[in-house]
Amino acid sequence: MIRLENLTKQFPGMDRLAVNKLNLEVGKGEVCVLVGPSGCGKTTTMKMINRLCEPTDGKIYVDGQDTSKMNPIKLRLDIGYVIQQIGLFPHMTINDNVATVPKEKKWPKEKIKKRTAELLELVGLDPREHGGRYPSGLSGGQQQRVGIARALAADPPIMLMDEPFAAVDRITRSRLQNEFLRLQRELNKTIIFVTHDIDEAIKMGDRIAVLREGKLIQYDEPGKILSEPAGDFVANLVGRNRSIKRLHLIRAHEILEEEHWGVPLDTPREEIKERIEESVISTVMVIDEKGYLKGIIGRRAIEEKEGEKAEDLMEEVPDNVTDDATLNDALSVMLEIGEGYVPVVDADGLFRGTLTLNTLLDQVRSDKSAK
Amino acid sequence: MLNRILKFLIVPILLVGMGIGVVIYVVENPTDSMVARMLTYDFIISSMEKHLLMVFVSMLGAIAVGVPVGIMLSRPSFYYVGKVIENVVNVGQTVPSLAILALFFTFLGLGFNTAVFALWLYSILPILRNTFAGIMSVQPEVVESAKGMGMSPWRVLSKIELPIAYPIIIAGIRTAIVINVGTATLATFIGAGGLGDMIVTGISVRREMVTFTGAALSALLAILLDYIIGRIEKNLVRWS
Amino acid sequence: MEVIDYFIRRQSMVMELFWEHMYLIVVAVGIAVAVGVILGIIITYNRTLAQGVLIVCQVLMTIPSIAMLGLLLPFFGIGFTTGMLALVLYSLLPIVRNTHSGIIEIDKAIIEAATGMGMNEWRKLTRIKLPLALPVIMAGIRTATVMVVGIGAIASYIGAGGLGQLIFNGISRTNPPMIITGAIFISIIAVGFDLILGWSERRLHVAGRD
Ligand SMILES: Nc1ncnc2c1ncn2[C@@H]1O[C@H](COP(=O)(O)OP(=O)(O)OP(=O)(O)O)[C@@H](O)[C@H]1O
Ligand SMILES: [Mg+2]
Repeated sequence: MIRLENLTKQFPGMDRLAVNKLNLEVGKGEVCVLVGPSGCGKTTTMKMINRLCEPTDGKIYVDGQDTSKMNPIKLRLDIGYVIQQIGLFPHMTINDNVATVPKEKKWPKEKIKKRTAELLELVGLDPREHGGRYPSGLSGGQQQRVGIARALAADPPIMLMDEPFAAVDRITRSRLQNEFLRLQRELNKTIIFVTHDIDEAIKMGDRIAVLREGKLIQYDEPGKILSEPAGDFVANLVGRNRSIKRLHLIRAHEILEEEHWGVPLDTPREEIKERIEESVISTVMVIDEKGYLKGIIGRRAIEEKEGEKAEDLMEEVPDNVTDDATLNDALSVMLEIGEGYVPVVDADGLFRGTLTLNTLLDQVRSDKSAK
Repeated sequence: MLNRILKFLIVPILLVGMGIGVVIYVVENPTDSMVARMLTYDFIISSMEKHLLMVFVSMLGAIAVGVPVGIMLSRPSFYYVGKVIENVVNVGQTVPSLAILALFFTFLGLGFNTAVFALWLYSILPILRNTFAGIMSVQPEVVESAKGMGMSPWRVLSKIELPIAYPIIIAGIRTAIVINVGTATLATFIGAGGLGDMIVTGISVRREMVTFTGAALSALLAILLDYIIGRIEKNLVRWS
Repeated sequence: MEVIDYFIRRQSMVMELFWEHMYLIVVAVGIAVAVGVILGIIITYNRTLAQGVLIVCQVLMTIPSIAMLGLLLPFFGIGFTTGMLALVLYSLLPIVRNTHSGIIEIDKAIIEAATGMGMNEWRKLTRIKLPLALPVIMAGIRTATVMVVGIGAIASYIGAGGLGQLIFNGISRTNPPMIITGAIFISIIAVGFDLILGWSERRLHVAGRD
């Protein structure tokens, strides 16, 4: 889908090459993450793909076509671009920002309106609440979402995303990442994604390109980058705790156990007691008839509380993760709520099971022994 | 909506009303026969007409030149030329208006056209400077994302850069018009007529009422134009 | 050439007018700084008062200077007083405005920190607010000075003296070298003040950063 051949860029007045003989191929529907330290040429590479910046040497093919022979305006209309500094248009409402490319493509008004609302919902904003506002009225994280919606607007087959989650806090970032991955599963776009955070690269990428001073050091799947880093530079970038990093690669639904300690709302006290004794986390999850997680009952609750049925005994769920969260996300939530487990729900909020600290540790251990 | 228009109109109506009041009062109650001979409705109206003609012709000309040239200088290929011209303009703006008029007089002679030409040139400066500064103030990432989304250079200019620079450009026009109206009252010294005539004649024949009429009318005109453009400026910026 | 000739012939007269003009500027701006800064400080303590004063300033600034001179004339007559009064009035406006905004726009946290350290209002004003607002006040003084150079030239018409006389007399006697000499001198003074005050303003900015 995208092929870079000997791509080279030298900025006037710089003796070093910003991008140095880069060869890279990204398949259709793949997420390729460019990772590397600041100034290694990630942004420059992206800008050459949509021709915001002309290469000094080398070729770029999109769908087999040499981009230098294409009309740059046409090329850009079909490549969604999320720029590093967000760059929302301050004088346009959120709706108008998102509608930019559809308007350039002269879509009919009704279609644009529908699409805008749909996209804002997709990135988790309320079209009625946020659509009419100006960018200055949104938080950094919300602006970043609008930037992504804007790039997606005309449904481009290719997306260039330059550190799209840089402006948000850690928790929001991990939520946005998960939403992004869920979207990508539906939309199946060809994506080049820039980050300088190796954890993000491992989590997001189908393949990771490690760059250093404009040169490609390694181009591999995340697992390979972790298990066989090419040289000290990549090894240092990945860091020493590679086994823990692997937690980024595994998603909750992949290792959910059958046994999930769920009980219906009308379970009698005695039975709950038994189940708690059996449960390795000494807790049961209370599930309603539709399958939603309603509450939890721990050992303390059953000893102190009156009542005969599960629904009278249960306490509020401290937090949960979705089934496409990585084990790393699950671990952070466990640490945050201070428990050895976390309930897992699916995209619709239905209860799927429970992840425990022990399962996570087993994963890390099995990884170590496998090596 | 109607309410807003009414609110917008209160001050202009008040100012115009004051102007008309002053004119009627001085024409109907002249202090002596000399004042009566000088201050007729015809004379006041024709002075006003001349004054307005001077201001509007030079302002329209200044906008027609200042904005496009400002835009041109803001294009990347003109970057260094733009910076140099910006400095020249800054120096030009510090030169006092009387000096400008005087210099043009020595080269072009007495008359209305000289005054219009000098006013035109003098008013270009703030408009050009603000157009250039306004466009340069658009954040580079905003322009980059517009380009990256596939807008043509012309669309980037008309949909992104100019609308964002608009308030600053209008502020430049506002500065220019205030300076212009003020300088136009000096045009009487180079024989161009206008409201300045009344002020200066009044001073030289020592008839305070004549001076007062010219001074009051030119002051009211300046305040009126400044108010109107200030309002336009405010109403444009809904987004910051 | 003619201009240089003229200047050499009438050097002493021109220089006398030059110094007269400078005197007019320095005295007017001096008075305006003294009054304007104090007024600017006072109105930072009262929002309604500030709004009123600033609107009046804004409106007065738009009045053409010759019109202002004409309006003052009936009360103070022809001569130095009326000219000086108009000059002080015009130069007050940017100084009041900038003193006010310079102080108002100081980061609230800084003022709070000063209050927290137990500074009383006077010390806060002299140790924190004025030093921080100084570059902005300086910018106001610069605007005022450059403006006064031009208005001073116009004030010559009502007998306040200064280089404007060369222009007015030159026009009435159709003496181009005289006009040009006057215009050039006035321009040099304006540009000179602008450069010098602009330079010191930037110095203050830089000093404020450290
Ligand atoms: N327009 C330009 N002119 C000159 N040099 C440039 C230009 N843009 C980038 N560079 C240089 O090219 C090199 C690569 O820059 P680039 O922006 O691609 O880095 P990056 O990997 O995106 O870094 P970061 O993580 O900080 O965004 C840097 O050394 C930078 O200074
Ligand atoms: Mg970058």
